[in-house]
Amino acid sequence: MSESWLLQGVRLYGEGDPVDVRLDGERIAEIGTSLSPAASRPYDVSGCVLLPGLVDLHTHLREPGREDAETVETGTLAAAAGGFTAVHAMANTDPVADTAGVVEQVWRLGRDAGHCDVAPVGAVTIGLKGEQMAELGTMADSAARVRVFSDDGHCVSDASLMRRALEYVKAFDGVIAQHAQEPRLTVGAQMNEGLVSSELGLTGWPAVAEEAVIARDCLLAAHVGSRLHVCHVSTAGSVELVRWAKSKGWDVTAEVTPHHLVLTDDLARGYDPVFKVNPPLRTADDVEALRAGLADGTIDCVATDHAPHALEDKETEWGAALPGMIGLETALAVVVDAMGDRLTWRQLATRMSETPARIGRLEGHGRPLAVGEPANLTVVHPGVPWTVGPELLLSRSRNSPFLGRQLPVRVWATFLRGTPTMQTSEQPA
Amino acid sequence: MKRHLLSAADLSRDDALLVLDTAEELAAVAERATVKKLPTLRGRTVVNLFFEDSTRTRTSFELAAKRLSADVINFSAKGSSVSKGETLKDTALTLEAMGSDAVVVRHSWSGAPVNLARWVRGSVVNAGDGTHEHPTQALLDAYTMRKRHGRLEDLRVTIVGDILHSRVARSNVLLLNTLGAQVTLVAPPTLLPVGIGSWPVEVSYDFDGVLPKSDVVMMLRVQRERMGAAYFPSSREYARRYGLDARRLALMPDDAVVMHPGPMVRGMEIAPEVADGVRSTIQEQVANGVSVRMAVLYLLLGGAEPAIGSEEETP
Repeated sequence: MSESWLLQGVRLYGEGDPVDVRLDGERIAEIGTSLSPAASRPYDVSGCVLLPGLVDLHTHLREPGREDAETVETGTLAAAAGGFTAVHAMANTDPVADTAGVVEQVWRLGRDAGHCDVAPVGAVTIGLKGEQMAELGTMADSAARVRVFSDDGHCVSDASLMRRALEYVKAFDGVIAQHAQEPRLTVGAQMNEGLVSSELGLTGWPAVAEEAVIARDCLLAAHVGSRLHVCHVSTAGSVELVRWAKSKGWDVTAEVTPHHLVLTDDLARGYDPVFKVNPPLRTADDVEALRAGLADGTIDCVATDHAPHALEDKETEWGAALPGMIGLETALAVVVDAMGDRLTWRQLATRMSETPARIGRLEGHGRPLAVGEPANLTVVHPGVPWTVGPELLLSRSRNSPFLGRQLPVRVWATFLRGTPTMQTSEQPA
Repeated sequence: MKRHLLSAADLSRDDALLVLDTAEELAAVAERATVKKLPTLRGRTVVNLFFEDSTRTRTSFELAAKRLSADVINFSAKGSSVSKGETLKDTALTLEAMGSDAVVVRHSWSGAPVNLARWVRGSVVNAGDGTHEHPTQALLDAYTMRKRHGRLEDLRVTIVGDILHSRVARSNVLLLNTLGAQVTLVAPPTLLPVGIGSWPVEVSYDFDGVLPKSDVVMMLRVQRERMGAAYFPSSREYARRYGLDARRLALMPDDAVVMHPGPMVRGMEIAPEVADGVRSTIQEQVANGVSVRMAVLYLLLGGAEPAIGSEEETP
């Protein structure tokens, strides 16, 4: 049983007057003004904003297989530091999370670590090879209760297999989260295909390779009446396609990463592999379209695609480096920085908590800030800018493209079922 | 001049002309002297770091460094610890510990010389990186053009072939633009990079139409394996549409020259009689390469003595 806390002077969704929020056990027990601490431990968070605990649909925890880059322990510590109370752990581990055994192992590691809930994502195909469907139903029925399936890192490019997977998961309310990348159009691809790739002599990853798959998958999902989730949408054309699919009433959702909302392909100019990521950084026009899409709801949610890599896999030639960036700890602040006034705190709560929880069918997350609801909460201080330094990051890896960047808001504390999983030691300004 | 030569874009117009003029002086000295060696870089160490086979370029740099009396170490990736998984960074730090003053690097990954330059204190010279750049090739090409035509300003240069994968083309476009030449690129559309419209060049698919308006025609090697990736249907069709043969040679102005960075695929992009003809500068390009690379090494290593001033001291 967790102790009782009294959060004092916090504004729910950044709206209205400050209130006090009492957490008792695993739930929100009371919301009001000038509540007496009584048996609760008072916690002065005046000036802060209270949000439902953030949920990430797209995290790479690297365990099992690459514990030198990240473990469930360090990855979930980083998640808690970033305000997350639940993360979906991608399946591209070694061994691949394509059986009930592996997903249950990851789920248990998450439960034992206790920093945030870990919802394993199951691979769509055995070994992520795109050939034979993995035992999706068994993973769904396992203790890990898998609902999101993805070959992320690889595209389920076979149209027939994609169709069957979309159909098959209907039986247990699953969703296929597609990494949209037409493989034949991206052989050897190193960065966004455009002016900069031509100048740098790096093989291009054209926008059409993403858009062609998204268009096909939307049509397939509509045809078989299934739900589709599009991972890390990165181009203006993709936003248009998702908008079109939604206008038809099809059950298509999409995510965008914080880095695609801020960074552009010209950062490749120094050949620093910290900016190598898949899908690649795109152009300023794409960034603007993604921001507009997130603001108007075409893009449903933000997902980090937190992708830790060991130093030796990044401190090398661009072509030899592995793609990916870490992002759990900077996600919220980067999104606020990118979106400014285009998202209210309430809209941010939708896009970083409620909607991803709904897409992942996670119980107890993304719930309203109301009495009786689970106390999965994120406290944000909107008035404390900070500079991202390597010493601040709890992830085992350091491949953050935001090192040295000043960000406008700071995650102040995170509560998982009434227990703090992160509290900053600094005093509110 | 900047400390490194990583891209032709690193060279201002004055820098580029200084390299060409210095190369000319060095070549003149070499012609007059009985002993071709100058003491200019005595005691300095130049490392040839080649991760990709290239006897031609490596030999050219080696000769250039030796003619300036530098100590030369050839560090070939094959058979060294590099092939055993040593990283580029470790290799760089090793060379650094050995006290190299300049590293001449050839690498199959675009940008590797840029990465290397972050890890070494000495100068880095890009001797060709992936499909990115090959700045000393562009310098020797410009040198050759200037020798033949006496000028670069407004010179009409047509570059033909696999622009998409060509580091020679990228460096030439940048340098020739800096030096005031007019560049036209001719290639099948599949072998032109996306966004070519923003480059400071003209683009044409009509080789025959461009030839009468060309002072220089530079043919690029086209690898047969591009055929397998469907960039064009067959080497026969490629040769017919984009190869330089005797008929096309006749369309060029009388004083126009034919260049090729080598190695050539005879019968593909260039007919043997054209390659070996009087208007071909291909052998000159090789000879000029040594002078230009001498100039680059001299200027980057900032020899305390003037490059040529030491002539009197030379026995």
